[in-house]
Amino acid sequence: MFEVVYNSLMNNGLITAFAVIGITMYISHFISSRFTRGRVHGSAIAILIGLVLAYFGGLNTGGEKGLADISMFSGIGLMGGGMLRDFAIVATVFGARFEELKKVGLIGLISLLVGTVVPFIVGVTVALAFGYNDPVSLTTIGAGAITYIVGPVTGAAIGANSTVMALSIAAGVIKSITVMLTTPYMAKFVGLTNPRTAVIFGGAMGTASGVAGGLAATNPKLVPYGAMGATFHTGIGCLLCPSVLFLATKFIFG
Amino acid sequence: MVIYGVALLSFAYLAGQVLGDLLGKLIGVKANVGGVGISIFLLLLLIEYLTKKGKLNIQSQDGLKFWGAMYIPIVVAMAAQQNVMAAVKGGPLALLAGVITVIIMFLLIPLLDKVGKKEDSHDLEEELIEPNLELKAK
Repeated sequence: MFEVVYNSLMNNGLITAFAVIGITMYISHFISSRFTRGRVHGSAIAILIGLVLAYFGGLNTGGEKGLADISMFSGIGLMGGGMLRDFAIVATVFGARFEELKKVGLIGLISLLVGTVVPFIVGVTVALAFGYNDPVSLTTIGAGAITYIVGPVTGAAIGANSTVMALSIAAGVIKSITVMLTTPYMAKFVGLTNPRTAVIFGGAMGTASGVAGGLAATNPKLVPYGAMGATFHTGIGCLLCPSVLFLATKFIFG
Repeated sequence: MVIYGVALLSFAYLAGQVLGDLLGKLIGVKANVGGVGISIFLLLLLIEYLTKKGKLNIQSQDGLKFWGAMYIPIVVAMAAQQNVMAAVKGGPLALLAGVITVIIMFLLIPLLDKVGKKEDSHDLEEELIEPNLELKAK
């Protein structure tokens, strides 16, 4: 009996994911309205539950894809994967205003550069504090502080070892999770209430999943503007880290 | 038809992916550069154009709205497949590097916001997506 149910759920992965996420959203909104009087956003609670589930998924399987590594929940991998995520992000542009995007331009570019160089310096500084002093490790960990994709791409390009790569990915994942969870609370303090600031936020924070999750729980209307900034982040990071930033690090610490 | 809206979205998405990959190749990066951004930009232009021509009817719009509304559940599914184990195992170095970066970037956002600011961008009011409990009680 159990096996039949299990196999059915496994064979209908994506549909199972819709049901599981639907239940998660319901529980989250229930917690939000009953226990926090809506002060903690339902979406933020849902994301937190998702992360906790991912932890237990990883604990059970030793895999890298959280809950999606459990075969019954493999559909979560498809539903929350890059393809559908980006597809849905593009769809959020319905109702966005074109004039708002036109106002950004140069400041978007500046945010992107600041958002690449500053996290890199922070990553390198923390790595130094923990006793790393070779330019390859420093650059790889610095790149991880940009996003968890820039980290391993840079590490692979300049020949970092797997421990440093893992640290670099971990730094990027923690950055992403921190952005997801703190954005709804920080939004008012940093003026993240309008399209212009959302583009700056996306460009400066970078991490696409963090920006996507954080803005979803803050104000869904800001999502396309944030995504607009964040979309160029990984590419710029992958461009600058193994080249200019690696050479600069080598020059200083080599 | 609903599929027209979905197809329009797919067209913009695919065009963005292709152009983003091409841009990555062009500057010699192993990543898609700006794919989503290009798609968003294209779709925005397409919607503006078709709306002006009166070619985007309610059903086609529903195809777009559906996927826009699926965005938050998809983000939750995305959260559920993060490598949280690796983040926990990374220990204090990864934790400090990640958290300090976010704190500093949040502090920089108001500064960046001031640079080159000419006119105020209008605040967007928050969309009501909480379930309406009062209505349900009736």
